[in-house]
Amino acid sequence: MITLDELLERDRRREEDGFKRKIRIGRIVKPGSGGKDKIIIVPTTVEEKFVHDDIQPDQEQGEGEPTGGTGEGEEGDIIGEQPVRPEEGEGEGEGSGEGPGEGEGGNHELESNAYELGKVLSQDFQLPNLKDKGKKRTLARYVYDLTDKNRGVGQVLDKKSTLKKIVETNITLGNIPDAGNIDATKFIISPRDLIYRILSREKDYESQALVFFLRDYSGSMGGKVTQAVVSQHVMLYSWLLYQYEKQVETRFILHDTEAKEVSDFYKYYSYKVAGGTKVFTAFKMVNDIVERENLARDYNIYVFHGTDGDDWDKEGKQTIAEIEKMLSYTSRVGISIVEHSYVGSKQTEVEKYLKSSGILTKHKNLIKLDVMGEDADDSRIIQGIKRLIS
Amino acid sequence: MELVSQHVKGIMEECKLRARDQGLKFDDETLEYIVTNRDMIELSPKVMIPTLYDYWVHDVRVLSGKGMYEAYPSNPFETVINTRPAISFYNDNNPDWLNVMIFYHVLGHIDFFQNNLFYKNTWDIDLTGQALSDKRLIAQLRSEKGRWVDYAIEFSRGIDNLVGYQKELNQNIMKESRQKLSRTDFYFDLFLQKIKNVSHNEYLKEITRYNAAARDNKDFFDQVTTKYPEFGELYKKELSIKAKSYPDVMEYILKFSPFLKEEENIWIKSVIQIVRNTSLYFQPQIRTKIMNEGWASYWHEYLFMRDDRICGHEADFAKVNAAVTSMPKVGLNPYALGLRLFQHIREMEDRGCYSFDYMFLKDEVGKKKYHLNKNSGGKYILKVRENFNDFTFINKFIDQEFMTRHDLFVAGKRLNNERMTWEYFIKSKKKEDYKEMIIDTLYHPPEIFVDPAMCKNGILYLNHKFENKPLKIDFIENTMVGIEYLWGGPVHIETSEPVASGKGAASYGSFWDPSSPKLSQKKMEPVKWKRMRYVMENRKLHKREL
Repeated sequence: MITLDELLERDRRREEDGFKRKIRIGRIVKPGSGGKDKIIIVPTTVEEKFVHDDIQPDQEQGEGEPTGGTGEGEEGDIIGEQPVRPEEGEGEGEGSGEGPGEGEGGNHELESNAYELGKVLSQDFQLPNLKDKGKKRTLARYVYDLTDKNRGVGQVLDKKSTLKKIVETNITLGNIPDAGNIDATKFIISPRDLIYRILSREKDYESQALVFFLRDYSGSMGGKVTQAVVSQHVMLYSWLLYQYEKQVETRFILHDTEAKEVSDFYKYYSYKVAGGTKVFTAFKMVNDIVERENLARDYNIYVFHGTDGDDWDKEGKQTIAEIEKMLSYTSRVGISIVEHSYVGSKQTEVEKYLKSSGILTKHKNLIKLDVMGEDADDSRIIQGIKRLIS
Repeated sequence: MELVSQHVKGIMEECKLRARDQGLKFDDETLEYIVTNRDMIELSPKVMIPTLYDYWVHDVRVLSGKGMYEAYPSNPFETVINTRPAISFYNDNNPDWLNVMIFYHVLGHIDFFQNNLFYKNTWDIDLTGQALSDKRLIAQLRSEKGRWVDYAIEFSRGIDNLVGYQKELNQNIMKESRQKLSRTDFYFDLFLQKIKNVSHNEYLKEITRYNAAARDNKDFFDQVTTKYPEFGELYKKELSIKAKSYPDVMEYILKFSPFLKEEENIWIKSVIQIVRNTSLYFQPQIRTKIMNEGWASYWHEYLFMRDDRICGHEADFAKVNAAVTSMPKVGLNPYALGLRLFQHIREMEDRGCYSFDYMFLKDEVGKKKYHLNKNSGGKYILKVRENFNDFTFINKFIDQEFMTRHDLFVAGKRLNNERMTWEYFIKSKKKEDYKEMIIDTLYHPPEIFVDPAMCKNGILYLNHKFENKPLKIDFIENTMVGIEYLWGGPVHIETSEPVASGKGAASYGSFWDPSSPKLSQKKMEPVKWKRMRYVMENRKLHKREL
C-alpha cells in the first residue's frame, strides 16, 4: 500500500507535468467520550467530471433540499425543529463530524497523528513579537543538550565530576592519608566513578502566549469559504500544539451578528453557518475578555480571524475602533479573508474598510491581512499562515 | 479473505432451495468469502472488485477510509458483486441465524443481477477475470510508460459518466429481436406520414387498398412504385441509416482522435477502452439502487419469516431488520422504500387493482373493498424486477394508495430566523411531488454528445443537452484539460448557465444569507438561462457567450 508521503510526492510531480495538484490534506475530527477526541489526517481527492450542480438557483431563500418523510400530519404542519447550532453544554445530538462547519461533538485533544500535519507545515514558523512577560506559565520549546550526568556509560566523559568522584571514593577507602599532599598515581579507580554527560531534553524558556481564534459563521460563510478558513485554523492550531507542546493557551470565538465563546477547538471547528454578519462583535469580545481577565499583563496575545469579508457594517467603523483598541496590547492580529468566487475582482467590504482606514500600514508590524480565493489549496493556505505570522 | 466454511456453505445451499421455491432464478454456483472490516475498506474504492486495476485515487480512498473507520467504525453485513459466478463478501463475526437472513438478502441481489434486463450486457462476462486481465495490462503499461498511464486513466475516468449505456443496451436487446424494417411498415409509418404528409383520407384509402390486395393475393406495391418511382430508393436509404449508431464521447475520441492515432500513443486506447468497459458494467447498478435493495430486503424478510431457522431469534431479527428497513421520519432509505413498494405492488396485483375497473372507481370505500382474489402478485413482482429500473419503478408504481398507506410526504426544511432553528414541515402529500422528489435523487449524468457538424479545424465540439440543471462549474476546467489531452486539440463545450441578475454586487452577499434584511421582502425572480461555450485550448479555459 502506498503511503501518504508517496502520494504527496506524486502530486508534486503533477505540476512538473503541467497539471494541477489533486490531493488535499483532509482532517476528520473524531468526537469521543471524556474529552478524548482526535484529529485524524487523511488525504482526499475529487475525481472531476461533467456533472450536474447540486445548487438550484431558483430555490427560495433559506430553504433546504426537500427529502422524504413518514408520519401523521397535514400539509404545512411543522413536524420538528432542530437548532442550527447547539447550546453550549447541550447534548451532542444528530450526526456529527461530517466536516468543518457541519457537525458538532465533544471536547477534543490532539494526538500524535496531527503532528504529521505539524511537520508538513514548516517547523521554521515562529510566533512573531514574543516578549518576556510574567512567569505564570512557561512557554517552552525543547532543545537537546548534553547536560544530564550518568555513571558508567555515556557520550562524553565529564572530567571534573569524575575526578571529584574518584577523590571521594579514595577518601572513603582511606587512600588519602594526607589531604595536603595527594599522590594521584596511588588512586584506585572504580568503573562506577566515571561520570559521563548524556543527551537530555532541556526546556528553552520563552514567553507565554495566548491565541484567540475568531471565525465568522454567518450564513454567507457556506461551503468552501468555511472549509478554507477552518483548514487554515486547523493548521495553525496543529502547528501551535506541535511547536509549543501545548504550552500555548487558546481561546475560540465564533460570530455572526453576535459573538460567542466556545470551550474547545472541536466546537469551533464544527459549528454550522447561519445568520447575519457583524464582524466587530468578535473583536469586541476579545477586548472585553482581555480587559476583564487582565490578560495583557501576563501574555503575548495573538488574534487570528477568518471571514468571507462580508459585513453589515459597510464602513467598518465599529470594527476599526475595536481593532485599534486591540492593537494596543496584541503582538499580532492576523486576518484572513476568503473570497467567494462570485466576488470576482471586486474587494470585499472588510478588505475595503481595512485598507481605506490605513490601519494596515500604520501598524504594519502588528496587523497582517491575507486575502485568498475560496479555491485556495493547502499550499496557498500555508503560504497565508506564513504571511499572517511573518 | 477466505472462503466460508463447509458448515456456512451448507446454510447457503439450503437458502437457495427455499428461494427457488418462491420463483427466484439464479445460477447454481456462487462464491462466498469471509472478509474483515479492513478488507472491506480496501475493497470499496475498487467497487468491491478485488482484481480491479490499481490507481492512485483508490489508494487515497483507502487511506481516508481507514481514517474514517478509526473515527466512525462501521460493520457492513455483506456485499455482492455481479459476476460469474456471483461473489459475495461477509463479515467474519456473523452468527448462523444472521447468516440465514443475510444469505436470503444476497440471493435477492443475485437474482436481481441475473434477471433484470438492464443488466443484460453484463450477463456473459466474468467480471473478476476480465478485471484481472485489465489489471495486468495496466501494470505492464505502467512499467513502460510510468505515471503517464495514471494520467490516461484519470482523463478517461473524467468522461466515463458520458458512456452510451442505453445505446449499447438497446443494441444488444435489438440484436435478438432485430427485424428488418419491412417495406409495408416503411410505407405506412414513415413514407406516407413523414415524407409525403398525405391526408388522413388518403392514408385510410391506402390501408383499404392494402387489405383488398392481401385478400385477392395481388401485389400491393405494384401501384405504389408507379405512383412514387422514388419509393424503392428511399426504402433502401432508410435501411442503411438504421444500421448506423452514434458514438458516445469516449468512442468518438477512440475513433477520431488525431493524437491517439500516433504510433506512440496507441496504448492509450487500451486504457480508455478498459475505463469505458468498467464504467458500462456498473451503469445498471447505479440505476437500480432502490429496486435492487428493495428486492433483496423484500426477500430476506419474506423468506426468513417463513424459515424454521428463525426460531428463537425472532426478536433479534426484528431488531436487525428494523435497523435496515424502517422508514425514517425525515429522509430517504432506499432499502425501506423499495421493500414497501414491492410489497404494495404485490398486494395491489393480488387484489386486481391494476385494471381499468379499479381505476374508474370513484369512491374511497369501494376502492378499499375492491378485491378480485387474483393472487397473481407473486408472479407480477417477478416481472417487475425483470423489466423496470429505478426511474420507471418509481414513476409507475408510486400511487396515492401507497402514499396514504405509509403516511408518506415530502419533507421541507426552512430556516426560522427568530429561533435560529431548522424547521421541518410537511411540504406535500401528493404523489406527483413525492415522485418528483425521489426522481431528483436518482443518478442522472448530464447528456453530453459530440456534435460532428461543429467539429472543424481539429476542434472537438461537445454539446450539453440542457435539462434545467447547470453543470458544476468548478469541475469543467480539469475535465476539459483531460479531454484536450486525449483529443490532442482544442475542445469546446456548449452548455447553459443562469444569467446573473443586473443587481449584481449589491445583493451577492445576501444570496446565501437568508437573514439579511434587504432580501426578506423580495421574492426571487425565475432564473433565466443562456447558452455559453467553454473553450479549452493549451490547457487554458475560456468562456464565451453564444
